[in-house]
Parts: sequence; structure tokens; C-alpha cells
Amino acid sequence: MYSEKVMDHFANPRNVGELENANGIGQVGNPKCGDVMKIYMYIKDGVIQDVRFKTYGCGAAIATSSISTELVKGKTIEEALDISNRAVTEALDGLPREKLHCSVLAEEGIRSAIADYYRRQGIDPEPIMGCALNCAECH
Amino acid sequence: MSRFVYADNAATTRLSETALSAMLPWLQEGFGNPSSVYRLGRAARRALDEARETVAAAIGAKPDEIFFTGSGTEADNWAIRGVAEILGQKGRHIITTAIEHHAVDHTVKDLEKHGFDVTYLPVDEYGHISLDDLRATIRSDTILITVMFANNEIGTIYPIREIGAIARENGILFHTDAVQAVGHIPVDVTAMEIDLMSLSAHKFRGPKGIGALYVRKGVRLPSFITGGAQERGKRSGTENVAGICGMAAALEESVQTLAASSAKIEALRDKLIAGLLQIPRTQLTGDPVNRLPGSASFVFECVEGEAMILLLDAAGIAASSGSACSSGSLDPSHVLLAIGLPHEIAHGSVRLSLGEENTEADVDYILETLPNIVEKLRAMSPLWEEA
Ligand SMILES: Cc1ncc(COP(=O)(O)O)c(C=O)c1O
Repeated sequence: MYSEKVMDHFANPRNVGELENANGIGQVGNPKCGDVMKIYMYIKDGVIQDVRFKTYGCGAAIATSSISTELVKGKTIEEALDISNRAVTEALDGLPREKLHCSVLAEEGIRSAIADYYRRQGIDPEPIMGCALNCAECH
Repeated sequence: MSRFVYADNAATTRLSETALSAMLPWLQEGFGNPSSVYRLGRAARRALDEARETVAAAIGAKPDEIFFTGSGTEADNWAIRGVAEILGQKGRHIITTAIEHHAVDHTVKDLEKHGFDVTYLPVDEYGHISLDDLRATIRSDTILITVMFANNEIGTIYPIREIGAIARENGILFHTDAVQAVGHIPVDVTAMEIDLMSLSAHKFRGPKGIGALYVRKGVRLPSFITGGAQERGKRSGTENVAGICGMAAALEESVQTLAASSAKIEALRDKLIAGLLQIPRTQLTGDPVNRLPGSASFVFECVEGEAMILLLDAAGIAASSGSACSSGSLDPSHVLLAIGLPHEIAHGSVRLSLGEENTEADVDYILETLPNIVEKLRAMSPLWEEA
């Protein structure tokens, strides 16, 4: 039911762990719903220089987390904010229908880390990126 | 990665050699229709009759109390919907439990839409109902009590004899879904005062797609499928002769070897349970004592079930989980929630179910593998660091 790419990112997740010099940390999801993603970014000169993640969740949650760290690494903030849940899904060669919400989690994770970065810089993220959202409800 | 350990015998079992040999003649030269009057048909008819006797003897029933069905699910549907149809004028109240298999649970939920009133008895942390609750719930319009014999997810075995006695005293029909019990623990429909009982062959090393409903003589049930009047007019459709013969052979063998094999499987299960409970923040689910011989079910905190199942699979171990992600729904299994586990813990469930083919080496291999999987997933879980 999972593509080879999903299985690869699940079994060998990239960029797992924490980032000591992180200046943007986001956490999304809810243990009640069965997935939580925490993402650490080090942003400098408007570019995501480094990224790590930790995820509690099913195979798809871990794989979408992993691929999204690959997608944002080296990208500008604007480029990273443009990454949609669809782009995450496509990068994994698709996800089963009932797992699509995991790609939403990854998109939200990226946004939440960037919003945290803005706040730490004393910038209100809302006018730039709209609601940074952290869904309390299960998708 | 040549190693393969099948530890999902509660999901299905490997067809036994005995069952396969009992089936083959009816798939090959003995292909006749049991309703045909010529020799080829009569041979198939005789095989059916013998299979019916074998199945009946294995559960303490008489042959004419056995009706073959296409699955355990079908037997559950027939029993429950049939009683509702026949007794619906007399009463609209059905008593069941919060931990039934979907074959029962979704069936009574469907009846609720048609004006039936269903009581779902709550369960304690081991998954047990209270017999006092059951007695207190009985009303003058109660027409059916349906309680499973043993639970497929957590392995808990229910006091069926006591429940049967309560139903009989109160003149209420008693159905039990014995799909996980038959062939694994002693079952006697007469001694246990069971009126209706569902069986499924593939849980005791028979083939898939064949089951049976035991209907105590004197209990009236409507025809479930109309047509050519097979199964004494109650369940039409040309009989699955090979399936039925395979079911009977598998059941006969399981019951004959039950004492020895269950002792062996229990010993393996207990080793598995003791070993896995060494993992920190791990709980056994279900009754630690009154549980199915092969069932070892757990929750591991801060890790998600499907992720564990996939990594077990990568290591050659087949097991299952009641997490939301494994079931394709948003909530973890209703059974795990009913025993009082919070959602976030119920998502971390793994069920290992052993059968007679499992060896001590299998258990050792699981004990070498699963703790590392839990550790690996916890190391990448943001919940574990908070914990
Ligand atoms: C308790 C219980 N009831 C019913 C069923 C359904 O049986 P079948 O697969 O034959 O439809 C199962 C197995 O899936 C089960 O474990």
C-alpha cells in the first residue's frame, strides 16, 4: 500500500534528531490523533541552512516528515512556505488516501517552525504567512 | 533476511496438511453437486453429512444443529439479524458488550437504525463485563444476549457458561461469537447453554471463506439466503464442499490435539509476554490469566502501532496492531478504548498471536527484534523526550 519511496523514507529517515543551534522550532499534531511532528530549523540569511525532525506516528507520518526536511533544506523561507502538502505527497510518489493527512502534518510542521523563527526575530508571522496553525483536532 | 515468523494467527492461520488433504478430492475428481442424485452428487452429499457430524461432535452439538455459512461474519449476521426478525415483535432490546468484533458490533448498530435498542455492557481494564451488570440490564423486552467467547484483540476469555446460565434462567436467547475460541479452548454448546454460536474455519487452520452457525434445536431462525434450499432451506447456494470438508478436518484435528498444543503454545506465549514486559512503559492488554493460549497483546507508550508493524515486517515478523493508522480510521480500536486506554496509548498497540507452528526460536527472535524496534522509534519520537 505504500510506495517504495515512502518505505525508504520510513525505514531510513533523513535528518532525524534535534538541532542544537535551531532558531525555529515547530511542533504540530496531537498524540491523541496518533501523530506529532517536531521540526528544528537553523535559518540564516533567509535560507534554511539545516533541519532536523522527530516524529511520533505511523509509517506515512515518519516518511512525510523525512521527505519534507529534504524539500526545505537549502531553500529560502519563501520557497519553503510554498511547499504544499501535495508537493510532499508527490515527492513520495503518492500516499494512500487515508494517509493524506500526514502530508498536511508535514506542511504544517514547516510553517510552524518558520512562524517560530519569525517570532524569535521579533516579527509577527501572521501578516506574512497567515495563520500558522497548530491543529488541535484530528485531521 | 531469510527469517520469517508468522505471529498473526488471530488474523488467520496456515491451512493444515490434514485440511488440505480433506479438501483436494472435492476440488478434483469429486466435483459433483451435492444436490445431484447420481453417484458423483451422492458422494459429495455423503462428504457434507460426515463433515457436519464432525463439526457437531467437536462442539457438543448434533449434526442438524450445524449450518454452514460463507464466513464467521456471515454466521454473526445471520444469528443476530435472524433473532431480531423472528422476535422483533416480542421485544426490541439486545444486550451486547463494548468489545465485540465488528461483525457483531456493526450488525447490532445497524439494527439500532431499525428501531432496536442495544445495551453495550462496559468492560473493566481486562476487558471483562460484570455479570451483575448483565443481570441488571435484562428487561422484559430483551430478546438476545450476544457476548463473544474470546476477544480477538486482547485475548480475554469470557465466562460463557455463567452468561449462558443467566440467559437461560431469564428465557433469553444467547449467541456467542466463538470465532477465536473454537479449536483453541474447550467449547461445549450444551454444557454452556449456548443457543447460537458462530465459527470460522480459517482461525483453526481450515480454509478461508467458510464458517458455521450452530443453532440449538428448537431455536427458530429465518432463512438467511433464499434460493435452492441448501442447508435445509435456511442458507441457499451450492455448498462449498471442499471448504466444508477442510473445515471439519481442521476442527477435528484441533480439538483432538487441543490439550497438548495449547499447553505448548501457552508456554511460548508466557515467555513472549515476560520478555516484552521488560521493555519500559509497556503494558499487556487483556486478562493476564484467562486469555487465549496464543494471544500476546501489548501497548508501548510513545510509539505508533503501524510503524512497529512495518519494521517488524521488514525483519520478517508478521503481527498486527489496533492503532488508527493500521485500521484506516481516525480512532484506535474500540476494544482498546473500551478497556480504558487513552487514545495516545491505544495507538501504540501490537498483537502477536502464536499458533502450533511457532517455535521457541520464533519467540527468541521476536524478543531480539521488537525491543530494538521500540527503542528506534522512541529515539525519534518527540513524545519520548518529553516523557
Ligand atoms: C471474534 C471474531 N469474530 C468474527 C470474525 C470474522 O470471521 P470471518 O473472517 O470468517 O468473517 C473474526 C475474524 O476476523 C473474529 O476474530
